[in-house]
Amino acid sequence: MKSIADLEKIRQKTLSAVNLRRESEGTRIVVGMATCGIAAGARPVMNAFIDEIGKRNMLNVVVAQTGCIGMCRYEPIVEVTLPGQEKVTYVHVKPEMVARIVSEHVVNGNPVVEYTIGAAEK
Amino acid sequence: MNELSLYILDLVQNSISAGAKLVEIRIVVSRGEDRITVLIQDDGCGMTPEFLKRAVSPFTTTRTTRKVGLGIPMIKELCELCQGSFEIESQVGVGTALHLSFRLSNIDLPPMGNLVETMLTLVNGAPEKPEFLLEYAVDGDSFEFDTRQIRQALGGVPLDTPEVLIWMRDYLQEGIEAAGKLP
Repeated sequence: MKSIADLEKIRQKTLSAVNLRRESEGTRIVVGMATCGIAAGARPVMNAFIDEIGKRNMLNVVVAQTGCIGMCRYEPIVEVTLPGQEKVTYVHVKPEMVARIVSEHVVNGNPVVEYTIGAAEK
Repeated sequence: MNELSLYILDLVQNSISAGAKLVEIRIVVSRGEDRITVLIQDDGCGMTPEFLKRAVSPFTTTRTTRKVGLGIPMIKELCELCQGSFEIESQVGVGTALHLSFRLSNIDLPPMGNLVETMLTLVNGAPEKPEFLLEYAVDGDSFEFDTRQIRQALGGVPLDTPEVLIWMRDYLQEGIEAAGKLP
């Protein structure tokens, strides 16, 4: 059973790492979370990213949210930006696709081309 | 949208956009009365009486990029479809409260769905402000989730730290199941 008291342990363990996280420029994963994104299934996608990043304990990755990106037909949309690189836009993202995006793109730096907007528009 | 918890996620985003410091989400289920009530209350910027009148129209939005906003009209339609009621109170500078109710046994009522994911998405999306208070009660058994309490226990560790989010997921899951999970 989880209790608030567990947080003290987490605090001691992560405080130093968190300070490090603030200083370093990290990767940003942004999920569209407006009405259109939510209706298209963005919430489980968002949570799959939280899970995957949590499992790997990647403190240099921020999973953030944004409103409507303006391409509702492509939702759920996820934008991944690695430090110093151009933004990559993934469209029609499903939770099953998340592990691959994290391992191939976020960890190893190779975008999953077949999931990107460029591939979808062809 | 096919889960009540998705509508809640969508509506609370409005409170965040309104600059709220505290958002209260109170879900009370009474099987005896065959009713679910949901209150979403914030202390955000509020709406003028004129804007409030138009808020239920799908052609009202604060966005400047397009002319439609479907969050409020969709929930109003769902409340009415499910033999419930829909009310908004709002005052500029004070905040907004949405009072929703549904008949629990209504065939058109979507399942509650994954309320844990809804809360995690909210906290992760706005880890600094606002604070969230979730009250979830089923026939008198209730569970409370309060980010103020969690933030205090964490000292300076942000709420969107991966390990904290994973802890929150389990904490929410256990609390909601103990109070009585809905389908």
